[in-house]
Amino acid sequence: MNIFVCVKQVPDTETKVQPNGDGTFIETSSIKWIMNPYDEFAVEQALLVKAANAGSTVTVVRVGSVKDTEALRTAMAMGADEAILVEADDNLDSYSIAKAIKGGIEKSGKDVGLVLCGKQAIDDDCLQVPQVLAEMMNLPSVAVIVGFEQSGEKITVKREIEGGALEVYELNTPCVLATNKGINTPRYASLPGIMKAKRKPLQQLSLADVGVETGDRRVVYSDFSLPPEKPAGKTFDAMDEANQASVVAEVVGLLRNEAKVI
Amino acid sequence: MAKVLVYSELNKGKVKPVTLEILGRLSGQDADVVFVGGEVAADQITVLGEYGANKVHVLKGDKLDKYSPEGFSNALHGFISANSYDYVLAGATSAGKDFLPRLATKFDAGLASDCTNFIFEGDTFHGTRPLFAGKCLAKVNLQGPKPHFATVRPNALGMPETKTAGSGEVNEVSADAGEIRAMIKEIVAAANEKVDLTEANIIISGGRAMKNPENFAILDECAAVLGATVGASRAAVDSGFAPSNMQVGQTGKTVSPSLYIACGISGAIQHLAGMRTSKVIVAINTDPDAPIFTKADYGIVGDLYTIVPLLTEELKKVMD
Repeated sequence: MNIFVCVKQVPDTETKVQPNGDGTFIETSSIKWIMNPYDEFAVEQALLVKAANAGSTVTVVRVGSVKDTEALRTAMAMGADEAILVEADDNLDSYSIAKAIKGGIEKSGKDVGLVLCGKQAIDDDCLQVPQVLAEMMNLPSVAVIVGFEQSGEKITVKREIEGGALEVYELNTPCVLATNKGINTPRYASLPGIMKAKRKPLQQLSLADVGVETGDRRVVYSDFSLPPEKPAGKTFDAMDEANQASVVAEVVGLLRNEAKVI
Repeated sequence: MAKVLVYSELNKGKVKPVTLEILGRLSGQDADVVFVGGEVAADQITVLGEYGANKVHVLKGDKLDKYSPEGFSNALHGFISANSYDYVLAGATSAGKDFLPRLATKFDAGLASDCTNFIFEGDTFHGTRPLFAGKCLAKVNLQGPKPHFATVRPNALGMPETKTAGSGEVNEVSADAGEIRAMIKEIVAAANEKVDLTEANIIISGGRAMKNPENFAILDECAAVLGATVGASRAAVDSGFAPSNMQVGQTGKTVSPSLYIACGISGAIQHLAGMRTSKVIVAINTDPDAPIFTKADYGIVGDLYTIVPLLTEELKKVMD
């Protein structure tokens, strides 16, 4: 089975983001890039499926800038066989990204068995690409899954809904699935894995190569800004046993009478 | 005047509040509501009318009684195509987030995900949405073929202060679910059903200082008094103290309750990103220099193991 994993390269979660000069995106010059954390679960799931299905391949696909190729190299160091990189701006919208991934997958010439994506990228937080891609490829999809079992062509997945209930879906390959935290424990790349990854094939394509045009953009951002800072709050010292009860009573009083939230 | 369709869902027979939040922002537009499957009670149609809905369409058909991404997309695609809406808005619920992207793509149209605010200037939608889990905000504009789509985060807009009533007529429509390849086989109920973190009005969360899963009972007791949902920081989840579906933060759930109580959470940047839009934040931590205090409206420098039980007792007194 040919498994494709869509990965995105995003700023590290500890990054303090700043809007760029014209407010169209964030300042990216000094950012540490990582593989989107949710995509690690997708890569791991692909490797688990590969291990259970002899003769499978895992191809990672990324659409984004070529400042570095951290996400793809990490995926290949974890065990993916090859990579496709479609060069694009980092603030491309979901529709264009999905179209580019579809084009990249088609360029590979492989039959698609399974497409795995992370739940959402922690940069634009859209949670659109898996479903848009599925619709464009005319495949069934489930986003977001926390459980995965395979038996031949049949796949059973679990999707968490409001309040913690789980929807259990049955579907056949080929399909598109988006993975959430909790589905597996991603492996660390081993040192030999990292060395091997450097020699694995990485095909680089342009947006034009995969049939994406400027007119495909559906979502345009402007006026990036930092959220307003809250004014400083009130702090109470309750390390001393003598005043703990009075502090708690005062805070509860403030929640009820000043903030009016209880 | 734009023609707007609001996709809605029921929770235990009642319209989800996010639908009413959205309707509250649509005075001046021609707003209809649509449900897929299910029985919508007459009193709920009345409520929707009071908040501004004109027609309330209920799509019915084979295989539409339970959710499926393809069935809901296909049925709504047919309905929207026949009724030429300019915009389709929906709450960013677990179903809304799942199928709206599919539906939008059937129209080759764009979708603005998880907006926390929006306005109409004339006929044009202008959204605001957080990016980087709320570390940034940006204006989001849609282009390309119509209808344009947007999902709206629950609790973000707030309930309208004034209501402009619509005609509130119910309209049953027969709809075709088409081919469904991903079907729900069963639904496994949660062990103890509670309001989801993303929809909760009050959240009490524990961090690394919880030390083990058992200590979360302290928070559960307080939550029971407050009617709150219990959350956790990434540190608590990664240490195995809480399941990952309780995680609040950039790699967990982004929440905006009225009240967020952070217990033993230092306030890593990725946690703050996930809860900073909470209306009121209370922090309980032994470290007076913990970054969480910079975001707290009310900070208590103290040990959660003494403070939270005191809080539970005090709340019992005032919540009656």
